[in-house]
Amino acid sequence: MIDSTVVDLSRLQFAATAMYHFIFVPLTLGLSWILVVSEAVYVLTGKPIYKEMTQFWGKLFGINFALGVTTGITLEFQFGTNWAYYSHYVGDIFGAPLAIEGLAAFFLESTMFGLFFFGWKRLPKWGHLAVTALMALGTNLSAILILIANAWMQNPVGSAFNPVTMRMELTDFVALVFNPIAQSKFVHTVSAGYVTGSLFVLAISAWYLLKGRHVEFARRSFRIAAVFGVVGSLLTIAVGDQSGYEIGKSQPSKLAALDAAWETEPAPASFNLFVWPNEDRQANDLAISIPFAGGLMATRSISTEITGIREIREQNKERVASGVQAVIALEAMRKNPGDAAAREKFRQHEADMGYGLLVRRYVDDVRQATPEIIAKAARDSVPKVAPLFWSFRIMVGLGGLMFVLFLAALWVSVSNSHSKYPLLLKAFLWSLPAPWIASMCGWCLAEYGRQPWTVFGMLPTHISASSLSSASLWGSIAGFVGFYTLLLIVEMYLMFKYARLGPVVLQPNNA
Amino acid sequence: MLDYATLKLIWWMLVGVLLIGFAIMDGHDMGVGTLLPFLGKDDTERRVMINTVAPHWDGNQVWFITAGGAIFAAWPFVYATAFSGLYWAMLLVLFALFFRPVGFEYRSKMPDPAWRKAWDWGLFAGSAVPALVFGVAFGNLYLGVPFRLDDTMRSFYSGSFWALLNPFALLFGVVSLSMLTLQGATFLTHRTNGELQARARKAASIVAIVLLAAFSLGGVCVAFIDGYVIVSIGDVGASINPLMKEVNRVPGAWFTNYREYPVLWLVPALAYVGGVIVLRTLRTGKTLLAFVGSSLACVSVIATAGIALFPFVLPSSEMPNASLTAWDATSSHFTLNVMLYVALIFTPIVVAYTGWAYRVMAGKVTRDYIVENDKAVY
Repeated sequence: MIDSTVVDLSRLQFAATAMYHFIFVPLTLGLSWILVVSEAVYVLTGKPIYKEMTQFWGKLFGINFALGVTTGITLEFQFGTNWAYYSHYVGDIFGAPLAIEGLAAFFLESTMFGLFFFGWKRLPKWGHLAVTALMALGTNLSAILILIANAWMQNPVGSAFNPVTMRMELTDFVALVFNPIAQSKFVHTVSAGYVTGSLFVLAISAWYLLKGRHVEFARRSFRIAAVFGVVGSLLTIAVGDQSGYEIGKSQPSKLAALDAAWETEPAPASFNLFVWPNEDRQANDLAISIPFAGGLMATRSISTEITGIREIREQNKERVASGVQAVIALEAMRKNPGDAAAREKFRQHEADMGYGLLVRRYVDDVRQATPEIIAKAARDSVPKVAPLFWSFRIMVGLGGLMFVLFLAALWVSVSNSHSKYPLLLKAFLWSLPAPWIASMCGWCLAEYGRQPWTVFGMLPTHISASSLSSASLWGSIAGFVGFYTLLLIVEMYLMFKYARLGPVVLQPNNA
Repeated sequence: MLDYATLKLIWWMLVGVLLIGFAIMDGHDMGVGTLLPFLGKDDTERRVMINTVAPHWDGNQVWFITAGGAIFAAWPFVYATAFSGLYWAMLLVLFALFFRPVGFEYRSKMPDPAWRKAWDWGLFAGSAVPALVFGVAFGNLYLGVPFRLDDTMRSFYSGSFWALLNPFALLFGVVSLSMLTLQGATFLTHRTNGELQARARKAASIVAIVLLAAFSLGGVCVAFIDGYVIVSIGDVGASINPLMKEVNRVPGAWFTNYREYPVLWLVPALAYVGGVIVLRTLRTGKTLLAFVGSSLACVSVIATAGIALFPFVLPSSEMPNASLTAWDATSSHFTLNVMLYVALIFTPIVVAYTGWAYRVMAGKVTRDYIVENDKAVY
């Protein structure tokens, strides 16, 4: 029997290490393009202040990038160390985009990263700009390949189960790459990164303007950030909506949970603004909702229903029972490959096999799955409501807020009225954590919302983890959290130090 | 589409190419990191050392990342079983590697000597520890790793971390550590001048001798232990799993491939050629050739080790039949094929722009360069 503590600790460790990594990733994604824009202006106009901007924001970019790399190394290997059965079961598919990411994107980004810092005197202006642009391109290419991998976990396309090797195997590479979830996820994620980069530059520039320091430098940085931020947040919101629509189609359980929709309402369903969900009763103790809005947003129609949690669980009971038959048939088939009856039975139930594996949380031998166990497994098939409901609303709320902030920033910049609105400048400064909080909520929604699966409908999280001891996991969690927290403190210290000093750090005999 | 058995063989070679690429490229900046506290006598000298690899460490590190990704994509059984089994060894490598990006990037951001000294040791640990552990892990492959597979292909590891640190495996740790240190020492000889260069040259000749001695001794030791032999296996041209074969342990069997194809002895011989090139060219001052000699030794040592194991990748001492091999631990026919195209397209591109980056940054790193660019360099 798989130790539930080990599974929970493995999840905790993955969540912690991935979230640490994602503190640094969005800033890299966005700031790299801001470097490209300021350097392009420098090359086109020849004004040295734009070179100064590229180099100063580049310095902060480097401080951030170092920890992005540090925390990223872990993620390349953690599937193997902590999710060995997952790695075996889907490595044939999932490993491909990860390997391609290294070869096609991370090499590019990292090689250009070196030349960006050390090539200023060795490369012609255009050459250096090309290096910066390739570095930005590399970071964004990295994102698309990682998100292709993640999108496959959300919506496993282009693959089939092989009973000989006991794993899923790739059948259609093009389907893997052009997974519709991957495309919306990619644009949503990188544009959230553009928002992060923009708000970072906007907040620090606003602070300089408030203090009356580096005013010329700050005004120009402010403008680039404002424009890029408006575009980025608009894209994030628009494609976020698309992403939600796609997920609603492929993962009704996630959609129902984030809407706190326990019952299937007549279409178009209402949108819950505030709820107090009660998991035991499978109902909301308290709900404030807007009629029709939920159905319109999620299904883009007035006649399509959003299936409620209770109904999904009820339907999944049948899938679990059918999946159990698939697992039994598979075992018979593997013992005796000539068993035509088993083969036929497997073929009939194969689509539900993942649901059958859900009972392994309660019994090793699926034959012992009683109706109670099947009901429990079906109940597990929809994640808890409260974390999803709230992370979704916090993400959307902050996204909207940031869009308004960028619009205000653009207006302040165009009308050149920075000094008239110190409160607004302060608002930019204090909203600096917003994009990070929104990103973390977004990942919580995507990953927690996919539970109880690592690969939706195919592979339960419970059987994906490595066969480790809980002592090992406590040790490694302590190691990761300890190391990362220490490094994060160092990083924040340097970031604050250099941001406070401002562009004067570029001149000799300073800092 | 190439036939499956051929693709399996090609991917065994490609993983080897990636490991060799890692040893040559990331190896030289790990070597510099290993030598950092010992060869650099003051802060400026240590900065000279760091700045020889400053523009390249990040790109070089991707060889390691990509090797990990490629093993995941091409040998998912190995990726899953090896990394979860050797859990603490892998975490030790990861924790040590954490010090590298931040060490390079943050060390020069504050002038405080204690701060810089701390990062010097951080860079040392981030370089020497992985270099040592990789060899120790390889050494344990010859002894077999205690794991088993159940009927659903789930792997269970029954050994402990401390059991990995046996004298036999530690000898291989010495081989890999001295190999990567030699890469660093010859690279420093090529890219520095004056006293620092003289010290690097001396280090290179000592490490070259250590490498050849440990490599030779390692070979002798392997001759005296049990190797693994496949007695029977399913159709290697088809989809098979690791439990579909029978494996025996036979004394001296790790030399089977060399006995059957004596021409393969040329591979280990190249390590000595590389070593001799290093020792001779260091004296004549042809520093680039010394680096090439050292790289040749890397190619030879890794290829020698891989050929001895072939077709085994991860032999199991607990359940020899479950040993992972190049025939039954691979991805599907289709995935290997797709990934071969990807590798054929992107590897030359990577090599091309990496070469260009080195050309842009070519030339000696001097004390004057550090002083003049105090704020811009590491």
